[in-house]
Amino acid sequence: MLELAAVTAGYERGRPVVRDAHLTVHPGESVGLLGPSGCGKSTLARVAALLHRPDAGTVTLDGTRVQGWRHRAPRAQRTAIGVVFQQPRLSADPRLRLRDLIGEPLRATGRRDEVPSRVAELSATVGLGDDLLGRRPHEVSDGQLQRACLARALVLRPRWLVCDEMTAMLDASTTAALVAVVEEYRSAHGAGLLTVGHDRVLLERWCDRTVRWDEVAPGAAPVQG
Amino acid sequence: MADTTARPSPEQVRWRTHGRTRRSTRTLRMRTSAVIVTLVVLAVLVVPPLVNLDEQAVDLALKLQPPSPAHPFGTDDVGRDLLLRCVYGLRVSLLVGLVAALVATVIGTAVGAAAAAFGGWVDRIVMRLVDTFSSVPHLLLGIFIVAMFRPGVWPVIVSVALTHWLSTARIVRSEVLSLRSRPYIDAAVSGGASRLRVIVRHLLPGVMPQAALAAVLMVPHAMWHESALSFLGLGLPSHQASLGNLIQTARSSLLAGDWWPTLFPGLFLIIPTLAIAGLAGAWRERINPRRRSELML
Repeated sequence: MLELAAVTAGYERGRPVVRDAHLTVHPGESVGLLGPSGCGKSTLARVAALLHRPDAGTVTLDGTRVQGWRHRAPRAQRTAIGVVFQQPRLSADPRLRLRDLIGEPLRATGRRDEVPSRVAELSATVGLGDDLLGRRPHEVSDGQLQRACLARALVLRPRWLVCDEMTAMLDASTTAALVAVVEEYRSAHGAGLLTVGHDRVLLERWCDRTVRWDEVAPGAAPVQG
Repeated sequence: MADTTARPSPEQVRWRTHGRTRRSTRTLRMRTSAVIVTLVVLAVLVVPPLVNLDEQAVDLALKLQPPSPAHPFGTDDVGRDLLLRCVYGLRVSLLVGLVAALVATVIGTAVGAAAAAFGGWVDRIVMRLVDTFSSVPHLLLGIFIVAMFRPGVWPVIVSVALTHWLSTARIVRSEVLSLRSRPYIDAAVSGGASRLRVIVRHLLPGVMPQAALAAVLMVPHAMWHESALSFLGLGLPSHQASLGNLIQTARSSLLAGDWWPTLFPGLFLIIPTLAIAGLAGAWRERINPRRRSELML
């Protein structure tokens, strides 16, 4: 179970972006978090992915209370969650070829020998050809890069997936393809999914359950603009 | 004349060639700098082993000769050939400049990257130390360091390197700070990368262009520092040819009206350092085209 309880988080002291948020994702369940832009849903997703330490509240992952975030979290906890970000351009190291980008988590966790087989397998799954794997991020389109980023998120076979506006920058066919890849992975591995977005139609068709931002964080200040 | 009416007016010509003129001066500067730097490198590498002359050879009968075909730059106050001494002096200055800039860049990059990557109290303490060091004038600190050793090339290199890594540390730190907040670092953390791996694999390669540029820009600065130390009599031993030493020993003859012992070492210091700075400037425009357009506005 991935459980966020009474989470308050922000980037400046005394100015929280997220106030008192509660959210639970059960194993194998897919939850869509729906909210307008700027409400703090990406911040909550970063907290859930152990990338941003909340000011208050607890996160429980598979029955263990999370004690530290980012590098302070044990590697096993960090890698149990695969993350896909909104902007593929910013979430790919510009110096790595797509092949290295996808295999990087395996190298980082000392499983170098699995790199060729996993990269071949996943690039077929997400639909990246061999010529694309040899290119760097600036030589491919946003959609192709996001496919690589999804493959990178899946390479360590995470039990949880956090997708932060994964398809916001993409056209309809790429969106459909990436959602299909995520769903295929989930049905094969029983992974839980937290996906964040502002597209109600997409999330309602994709997820078992959709929650609105004001249900997650009832105390939220009204969003400006 | 009748056919002049068909030509565009001077305003039109200037308007049309405006961009082209700018660009051609830029490439002209780059080409001139490249040619000078190549000549300098060739001179200091090829001339000493090729001519096999002793730059220390004293001939008191020929002291303070003005420039002539036999001695194109003239001779100094003990009759040594100034052209040869200038080349040897440039060699020492360039060596000191290159090695000191390299060492300073390595120190600065390591300190700046570590401060930014670890953040928190490590960053605060390290950067306050950098501020403290920067508040002492470079030359004063440099003099203090060379004064602790016997005169020679290495103390000068150590002194220049230890006083010049601060600016590189600041540049690298700010660059790493901006890279650190990119989502691809988040992705690396989420993918299980250790702190060290994030620094070595993702952050350091990202700051390499800036660090390398800082290193090249530091070479002329380090050469000037070496000359300043030698001029003050604290750098290289005075018999050894170095541009600072040459200018220092020429001071007395300048007062007597002999201009060549001062002029030529001075030009040997100014022209190559300007050429290196010019090349570095062209490089900076290339790796950061946005800043170039800002400059042109």
